[in-house]
Amino acid sequence: MDFILEIRDVTKTFPGTVANDDVSLNVRRGEVHALVGENGAGKTTLMNILYGLVRPDSGRIVLRGADLPLKQGFLGTDYGIGMIHQHFMLIREFTVLENIILGAEPTRGPVLDRAGARRKVEDLIARYGIEVDLERKVRDLSVGEAQRVEMLKVLYRNADIIIMDEPTGVLTPQEACGLFATMRGLVADGRTVIFITHKLGEVMDVSDTVTVMRHGRVVGDMPVGETDVARLAELMVGRRLDAPPRRSGSSFGAPVLRVDHVRLEARPGVKPLEDVCLEVREGEVLGLCGVEGNGQFELFEILIGLRRPSAGSVVVRGVDVTRRSPAARREAGLAFIPPDRTTMGLIAEFSLRENLLLGRQGDRRFSRMGFLDGEAIAEETSRLVGEFGIAPPDPDARGYSFSGGNQQKIVVARELARDPEVLVACQPTRGVDIGATRLIHTFILGQADGGKGVLLISADLAEVLSLSDRIGVMYRGAVVGVLDRGDATEEKLGLMMAGVAD
Amino acid sequence: MKANVRTSLTDLVPPLVALVLAGVVSSVIVLLTGESPLRIAHVMLSGSVGGAGSIAGTLEEATPLIFTGLCVAIAMRAGLFNIGGEGQLVVGAFVAAWIGYRVGGLDPALHVALCIALAGAAGALWALIPGLLKARFGAHEVINTIMLNYIAFILTNYLIGLPYFRKPGQIPQTEDVLASALLPRMTFLYKYTRLNLGFVLAVVCALLVFILLRKTGLGFEIRSVGYNPLASRAAGISVVRSTLMAMAIGGFLAGMAGSERVLGVHRHFISPFPFGYGFAGIAVALLGRNRPLGVVVAALFFGALANGGAQVDIATTVPRELVTVIQAIVIIFVACEYPIRHLVLRRRGAET
Repeated sequence: MDFILEIRDVTKTFPGTVANDDVSLNVRRGEVHALVGENGAGKTTLMNILYGLVRPDSGRIVLRGADLPLKQGFLGTDYGIGMIHQHFMLIREFTVLENIILGAEPTRGPVLDRAGARRKVEDLIARYGIEVDLERKVRDLSVGEAQRVEMLKVLYRNADIIIMDEPTGVLTPQEACGLFATMRGLVADGRTVIFITHKLGEVMDVSDTVTVMRHGRVVGDMPVGETDVARLAELMVGRRLDAPPRRSGSSFGAPVLRVDHVRLEARPGVKPLEDVCLEVREGEVLGLCGVEGNGQFELFEILIGLRRPSAGSVVVRGVDVTRRSPAARREAGLAFIPPDRTTMGLIAEFSLRENLLLGRQGDRRFSRMGFLDGEAIAEETSRLVGEFGIAPPDPDARGYSFSGGNQQKIVVARELARDPEVLVACQPTRGVDIGATRLIHTFILGQADGGKGVLLISADLAEVLSLSDRIGVMYRGAVVGVLDRGDATEEKLGLMMAGVAD
Repeated sequence: MKANVRTSLTDLVPPLVALVLAGVVSSVIVLLTGESPLRIAHVMLSGSVGGAGSIAGTLEEATPLIFTGLCVAIAMRAGLFNIGGEGQLVVGAFVAAWIGYRVGGLDPALHVALCIALAGAAGALWALIPGLLKARFGAHEVINTIMLNYIAFILTNYLIGLPYFRKPGQIPQTEDVLASALLPRMTFLYKYTRLNLGFVLAVVCALLVFILLRKTGLGFEIRSVGYNPLASRAAGISVVRSTLMAMAIGGFLAGMAGSERVLGVHRHFISPFPFGYGFAGIAVALLGRNRPLGVVVAALFFGALANGGAQVDIATTVPRELVTVIQAIVIIFVACEYPIRHLVLRRRGAET
């Protein structure tokens, strides 16, 4: 058996957790090897060990039949291992070519050999069909194009083992298809791809072998042909999952949230929002999807009140809140799940109790003459912890000590505790484990079932499709179309997300 | 609760390690001057805590540092760097002296309270200027608090030159404050001490700041904004309000420090006003980890250094400046806390 890479009995502990517990993993030359698991399962730690960013406590890695020296200063790039990170590491003001050769510049004497470099990159482009304009600046590229630059960077450095960390999160379905074709091309050419993901459909589509991790251990390792999505999901979570919640309601009431011709000009000539109009009715979930960077985030900032639009208005139940503070908007009946819980949703240094209170510290229920009412707060804390299943249920535990899923539950609990008329949820389950995702989806649907409005902004098409009554698509700062759930298919939405109107 | 106690104990380790390292480096420097570190340590200890007079002197030196340390600490908790304690102290001192000698016929308790309150208010207003500039226009508070220090020095220097304020004579100073405006000295401790009731006030203020931060909605907002202004804003907390309040409360405390110096120690305003308590407050807050009770401990430590340092100057060949050097070394090591903390935690991590 021709294993290009053998990870043997690798263990890595961080204070308080075992990130990798006696992990062994074999990768064949010329295969796409999927590595799946929930957040915190230890996938990223394992890959960082392989790439040289983290040193294991014990274990060996055998690469092409020889032991890797896992000591300080070891770098995967020196051994033909390349990694494409979730967050791109590109210099925005440099051209594509400059970014590709950066750090490995070919020189003739003291002079940069641009022409030689360009020839080599063009060869790679032709060989693998990775289309990108070498002379454009990175800041002008779409996310999909930037990812192709990262890919070329890795190939330019002659990596024959390519690690891709959740590469499809930022792509349209069509772009993801293109990426999969590239991946197949790479393995056909004898390279090896390790594909980290938690989207099991993709695993089935593109991989040869799949390894499942849970709680730092390998719990399954099999050829893709011998398994299916349901079996993988069960391995990943460690128990059988109920069917995902689906929207079933159908009677809608009066409009509760109206976004009317909202425009935003961030700087002269830069218009993240061109003209956004939306309406959310009582008892309705309006999904809003789009590739990241098409104005969803700016729209959220305008809705929550962190930013003023250049024109247009936001109306809640007939009350114009366009110029009101975030606090006043909550008074008007809005609640928000921000897209990034660590920077915007909660305060890492605050305890669970304090995070659940955040924004309500002046509420008459929790404060008397300016002094916080410890008893009332403790009561509210234990009520929310129970209702939303926040674990561990320790009111003194700091925000940063919770898992991503539980952090998000804290945010959801706090926001829904206000019993809002309209919930605006932006990427509510990004980086959240399956169990917590199901729970959060249930709470979102519960809002709609209770006759409240929900605006769900998400780049996750599956999420939008399963939860929404109507689905709008954002492209280049505008809502380019709204489909009823019955008419929406992944393909149709994908085309609209790519700007191809039907 | 248990976890909290454990974290605060862990919090204590890095400053202590910093102090030990500072002691080692300082000893080397003392050796280089040809003196014995042990002898210097002995002189400093007896000069700062050896006997009632020394202890009273240490507490007296610590008093303004508690106020200015709190001033810096509360701003820090709100995510602001208030370097303007010095200027806020000076305007407070000026107002305290002015009300102290100009307003007569009041009951002593009332007169003292009025002087302190107005001095605090002056400091608060002085601090609100950069606070407003920050909250309204985003102007950086570091620059503006520093600039307002100079304006405070020069403005009070100008005012003291006016016949209305100036006591006739060569020295630019006000009349001494009336007896009714004096903070009583704690002579029961030591007959000749300048230690006064201001020390008790300072400790009470530390307790009040502690309660403010821990038990009130405003304190919650200040801490929240200090940790994460974006998440605070998103949750509906007013960053403007917490910025203004943290600056104003800090300025009030620095103004109180000025009044303590005038009403309890110098008895008049003189230009230039004895310099440095405001800036030393930054080091005090740093060493005290921006916690009110930590500030009290750190202020006592710096008070002891200053007081013991005076003895070193008198009793040994080592110049007093060396004490300043030692203070600086302490500050450097405290500022190096992050690497020290890292080492401590890594040792711990390896044990488990």
